[in-house]
Amino acid sequence: MNEIGLTHILFISTALFFIGVYGFLTRKNLITMLMAIELILNSVNINFIAFNKYLYADKLDGLFFTIFIITIAAAEAAVAIAIIIHLYRSLKSIDVDDADIMKF
Amino acid sequence: MLNSNYIALIPLLPIITFLIIGLFGRRYFPKFSGILGTLSLLVAFVLSAFVAYQYFFEVGKVYGVYQKIIAMKYVWLQFSPNVAIDMGILLDPISVMMIVIVTFISLMVHIYSMGYMHGEPRYATYYAFLSLFTFSMLGLVLSTNIFQIYIFWELVGVSSFLLIGFYYEKPSAVAASKKAFIVTRFADLGFLIGILVLSYFSGTLDFQTLIQRLTTEGSYLSNIVSSSFLGASALTWGLLLVFAGGAGKSAMFPFHIWLPDAMEGPTPVSALIHAATMVVAGVYLVARLFPIFSNSCPGALDVVAYIGIFSSLLAAIIACTQTDIKRVLAYSTMSQIGFMMFALGVSGFYGEEGVGFMGSMFHLFTHSIFKALLFLGAGAVIHYVHSNEMKDMGGLRKLMPITHITFLLACLAIAGIPPFAGFFSKEEILLACWNSNKIIFGAAVLTAGLTAFYMFRLYFSIFWNKEYKTHGSHDDHHGEAPGSMLLPLIILAGLSVVAGFVPFSHLVTADGLRFETEFHLGFAIGPVLLATAAIFLAWYMYAKESLLPQKMADSFKSFYTAAYRKFYFDEIYLFITKKIIFNLIGRPAAWIDKNIFDGFMNLIASVTEFVSESVKSFQSGKVQDYAIYFFAGTLGFVLLFIYLWI
Repeated sequence: MNEIGLTHILFISTALFFIGVYGFLTRKNLITMLMAIELILNSVNINFIAFNKYLYADKLDGLFFTIFIITIAAAEAAVAIAIIIHLYRSLKSIDVDDADIMKF
Repeated sequence: MLNSNYIALIPLLPIITFLIIGLFGRRYFPKFSGILGTLSLLVAFVLSAFVAYQYFFEVGKVYGVYQKIIAMKYVWLQFSPNVAIDMGILLDPISVMMIVIVTFISLMVHIYSMGYMHGEPRYATYYAFLSLFTFSMLGLVLSTNIFQIYIFWELVGVSSFLLIGFYYEKPSAVAASKKAFIVTRFADLGFLIGILVLSYFSGTLDFQTLIQRLTTEGSYLSNIVSSSFLGASALTWGLLLVFAGGAGKSAMFPFHIWLPDAMEGPTPVSALIHAATMVVAGVYLVARLFPIFSNSCPGALDVVAYIGIFSSLLAAIIACTQTDIKRVLAYSTMSQIGFMMFALGVSGFYGEEGVGFMGSMFHLFTHSIFKALLFLGAGAVIHYVHSNEMKDMGGLRKLMPITHITFLLACLAIAGIPPFAGFFSKEEILLACWNSNKIIFGAAVLTAGLTAFYMFRLYFSIFWNKEYKTHGSHDDHHGEAPGSMLLPLIILAGLSVVAGFVPFSHLVTADGLRFETEFHLGFAIGPVLLATAAIFLAWYMYAKESLLPQKMADSFKSFYTAAYRKFYFDEIYLFITKKIIFNLIGRPAAWIDKNIFDGFMNLIASVTEFVSESVKSFQSGKVQDYAIYFFAGTLGFVLLFIYLWI
């Protein structure tokens, strides 16, 4: 068996990214869409870690970015859930297709 | 020396009164505004009389010549070092004479209107408009600058428009005011072009410089005479166009059609604006530029003379057939203004040759007095009878003795019976015609005879003819007009008797020098006899109710009808404007505007709308659609990036 290389990890993260995009575009539930966004962010995190380990092993920039993104993701989730709660209060629904009043 | 401050007060008092009454009077003191306007005018009149006294007897004359004095000058718009529009006050014999006439007649009309307009709901508005008119007219006659006169010229036009249309509930009054405004606007277009032509060639707008440059030999004069257009020199064109403006304001042929309709306004307004002051503005304008007309361009002066005599005769013939008493007076006004015009037209400039100029100004002076009196008298009659038609009147002499006597005096004055005012001024005019042009003299004598005839036809129809049929009880308590209306009648009647004795040849002459007029008994006797004969004819036909006038009308059937219909001028003009101009110019222009210009704009709008309609479905409002566009766009950029750089 070969050692697990950069390519394998990039495959994982790419797959995770497109699963997230697919979920974001197809799910109608806002909470699920939020979860799909988390998947996309995590695929980015994996990329950062992998490049840091395989290309610049002596540096820590990738790690820092990852921690930073996790923090941002937490904040983003808080804001998104607040928006969703408000949408639910006004529309009695968290279906994304019901929130379409902002058009032409 | 004259103090310019109080001269400036003469035009300023009416405008201040206009502002006060117009802004506050209508709401807070409507009843008092008549008295306020009258008092302000009284002060202005006293000041004018004082200025006139000072000018004519104390400071105006230097070595026996009346000077043109610029009492005040304020540069309003400076275009270049040489060309500026000024606002100023020019005093010379004609302007001083005019301010006295304007303030005096306006004062009389103000007093008269307190009775005539009593109980009118828009009483204060009426007085505000009267003040505005008085201000404009005073500004017009005092102008130092040809552009200043144009500004005030338009202002009197506006005041006249407002006052003709004063009874705006009446469609005929609205139509009349529009007609007056539009017809005079046409003429004023000519006036404006004339101003531009004259000022372009003389390089100035100032009257004195303009006259000086265009009457003395030099480069200015030779330039304007040598440049020609359609066979006439630029000077002739300029003067004729300026005269066209004057003809519009003074209701000369072919712009005369508005004056009879202008009688829709309140009668005192007709007396002030359409008889005594505004309509003589054209005469005043020609008199103001008279040195140029007379010394540099006699051809234009001939046009003035022929237009004047033609309008005069035409109006006199029409006046003989009209039945609305105000219209008779309107045509009579037009006829008398024609007298003033052709008197200017046949006049020379120096010394006794200037008798026509002097006669014209003299006639302007006397005419404004007796014509105002005639209108005010007619107003009193209309006030009593509540009708303008002759057939509703008759036999009023016992019911309205004072109106009757004053009206008779005015009729004698306009007919030219000695020793009343009109006799003297008309005599000077006829003398001037006799000296220069025998054809005009003949027509003028004929017109004078017709004047006597139609005035006495009017007089006998109103005050004699049949017995007045009283209808109901209202006549018992309402005989003679109230005192505020009788007072102006009496003052004006007194002046109509004595105004002829003013020695005009000593005061108002073309060149400022006095000359002596001789009184030729043999010359005067012909026109007076003719006028007397015309009066007797009118007496014979109209003093008693008879069938004679109808028989006369029947025997000249077609001519009578033509004259009664005012020689179809209104119909001809309507035909030209409605059928020819509207169809040949108006409708194609409207078509081009509607289909080509509007069509182009509509095309742009509909293309924009189509594009917007087709792209607006992108804005679905659904988050996931936007996400798809976003991802697709990013993907597109990525592919583009790969294609270009890798």
